[in-house]
Amino acid sequence: MTAPLLQAVGLTKRFGGLVANDAIDLGVSEGQVHAVIGPNGAGKTTLLAQLNGELKPDRGTIHFDGRDITALPTATRARLGLARSFQITSVFASFSAVDNVALAVQGQERHSFRFWRDASGDPALAEPAERALERVGLADRSHVPASALAHGQKRQLELAMALAMRPKLLLLDEPMAGMGVEESAAMVTLLAGLKAEVPILLVEHDMDAVFALADQITVLLHGRVIASGPPAEIRRNAEVREAYLGEDAAAGDG
Amino acid sequence: MAGARRRKIALACLLGFLVLLPPVALAAGEPFYVSLFTRILITALAAASLNLILGFGGMVSFGHAAFVGIGGYVVGIAFVHASDGTLFLGLLPGTVSGFVVLPLAMIVAGLVALPIGAICLRTTGISFIMITLAFAQMLYYLMISLRRYNGQDGIAVWQRSELPWPIDLDDRMSFYYVALAVLLAFLYGTHRMVNSRFGRVLRAAKDNERRVRALGFHAYRYKLAAFVIAGAAAGLSGALLVNSTGFVGPSYLEWHRSGDLIVMVVLGGVGTLFGPVLGAGALMLLEEFIPELLNGLADGLGEHWKIFLGPILILIVLYARRGLMGLVDGSLGGSLLRRLRPEPPPGKPPRRRR
Repeated sequence: MTAPLLQAVGLTKRFGGLVANDAIDLGVSEGQVHAVIGPNGAGKTTLLAQLNGELKPDRGTIHFDGRDITALPTATRARLGLARSFQITSVFASFSAVDNVALAVQGQERHSFRFWRDASGDPALAEPAERALERVGLADRSHVPASALAHGQKRQLELAMALAMRPKLLLLDEPMAGMGVEESAAMVTLLAGLKAEVPILLVEHDMDAVFALADQITVLLHGRVIASGPPAEIRRNAEVREAYLGEDAAAGDG
Repeated sequence: MAGARRRKIALACLLGFLVLLPPVALAAGEPFYVSLFTRILITALAAASLNLILGFGGMVSFGHAAFVGIGGYVVGIAFVHASDGTLFLGLLPGTVSGFVVLPLAMIVAGLVALPIGAICLRTTGISFIMITLAFAQMLYYLMISLRRYNGQDGIAVWQRSELPWPIDLDDRMSFYYVALAVLLAFLYGTHRMVNSRFGRVLRAAKDNERRVRALGFHAYRYKLAAFVIAGAAAGLSGALLVNSTGFVGPSYLEWHRSGDLIVMVVLGGVGTLFGPVLGAGALMLLEEFIPELLNGLADGLGEHWKIFLGPILILIVLYARRGLMGLVDGSLGGSLLRRLRPEPPPGKPPRRRR
C-alpha cells in the first residue's frame, strides 16, 4: 500500500489550558472520503485549521503529497493543491458567482501582480470558472452577485471555488450545513461522483451524508481520536455509540 | 441602470467644468480660482492614492500625509542644494529639474512606504490605524529635527520645478493642466488596477483576507504592493503641492493632514473612483468659504467652521456609505428618504389593550 496523500501524526494544539487537539493521527488516501465526526467542541475545526495552515500545531507533523508541510503558510499549501471550503459561508459577497470562482482559478497562477489588463474579460479565468460552476449545478447563476444567492447555492459556490483550485485534496468543513433535505442529497451525489478524482476530508454533522459517503471515519471527542476505521466498524463501536452516535445509530441499525 | 447613467452625466459635467475652469476664471479676472483649484486637484491626487488602499484594500492608514510630506521634502531639499551649490550628504548635487525631482519624489516616498508598510501590514484594524499614525509622527519629528532644512520653519521653495516647453509651472494655467493631467492619469491607472487580477485580489482581501489566503494568495504581498503604490502617488502629490505653495515644512506631515485625507475619502465615497476628487473639492471649498460666510454672520464665528463640518460628516457616515458619489448616482437620496419616512415596521403586533 502506498503512503497516504495526507498524513498527520501526533497533531497537538492547546489554547491556554484547553487541549483542543491531543496527539491526533490521521491519513487520507487517493480515492477516499475520510470523514471526521464528533460532537461540538470535539476539535474538528481546530484540526482543519492546522491542516490548512491557519493554526500552527504545538506538536506533530503534517505530510502532504510526499513533503512536510507542517511549517508552510496557508497560501503555499493551497497552491500545492490543498483546497479548503469553509463552515461559515465565506464567498466574496460583492463579486458575482463566476468572479468568485475565477478568483480561485487565479489563485493557482504563478502570481497575480498583473496590474493593467481587465481580469473580467479574460477567458483563461472565466472558462475554467464556468466549468466549475456547471459541475456544481450553478451554471445558470454565474452572473448573479454572490450576496444574492440562496444559502444552499452559496454552499455550492464554495465547493465550485474549491474545485477550481485544481485540488489534490479537498478539505470540506460541513458542506451541508444549513441545507435542506433535497439540497443535501444533491450534494451527497455530487461528492460521491468527485471522490474518484479527488480525495476528500469531510467534516460533517449530517450522519446520513457521512455514512453514505465515507470510506473511513475518525471520531473525535474532547480533542482525542476515540475510534477510526471503516463505517461498519464505527457503527459497532460501543464507545462511539455512547459518546456520540447515541440513539440515532441504534435506531438506524435496528 | 439609472444610477450608472446619472453618474456618467455627472462625471462628464465635472470633467467639463475642470477643463474649462482656467480660461473662464482668467477671463473673469479671478486668477485666484485657478490656483485654488490647482491645489484642490493636487490634494485630490493624495486623497485618491489613500482611497486605493483604504477604499479598495480596506487599509485605514492614518499616516498617509507623511508620504505627501516626504515627496514635498524631496523637492525642497533638492532645491536647497541647487540654490546654495552644496551636495546632499556630501554626494548628490541639488536640482530644480522636474524630470528629476518629480520621479524622485515618487521613488523616495515609495521606498519609505515599503518598510513602513511591511511592518504595519502585520497588523489589522485599530492596530493598523495606530501604527501608521505612529510612523507618520516619527517622520514628522524627524523633519522638525532637520536643522539643515530649517526644522520647524521649513523651506521656502521660491523656484518651481523646471519642465520642458510648453509646460511651465510658473504659469498658472499650465500648472493647472499639469495637475489635472496627473490626477486623471492616476485615476485611470487606478481604474485599470482595481479591475485587473491584482485589483481583484486586493478587493477580495478587503472582504475576507482569510479566504483569500486559503485560495492560494499571499495576501500580505498584494496589500504591501498597493501600500507602496499609494505612498509613491502621495509623494508625487507632495512634490506638486510644494510647487504650488512655494513652501514645504513639517506641517505637511502633521497627523491632522492625514485625518483630512481620510475625511475627503469618506466624504466623497469610500472605494469609488471619483469620490476622493469630490471629497477633496468639497472639503477645501468649505474650508475656503465657510469661515468668510460665518464671519459675516458673527465676528469670530469663522474660526469654528469645523463645528459645521462635524455634523455633515456624521450624516454622511450614518446615511451614505458612498458619500457624495452616492448623492451623484442617487442612492444617497433614496436611503435618506427611506430612513426619514415614518413607516411602521411590518408585522408589528397590535397594541395590547389595557
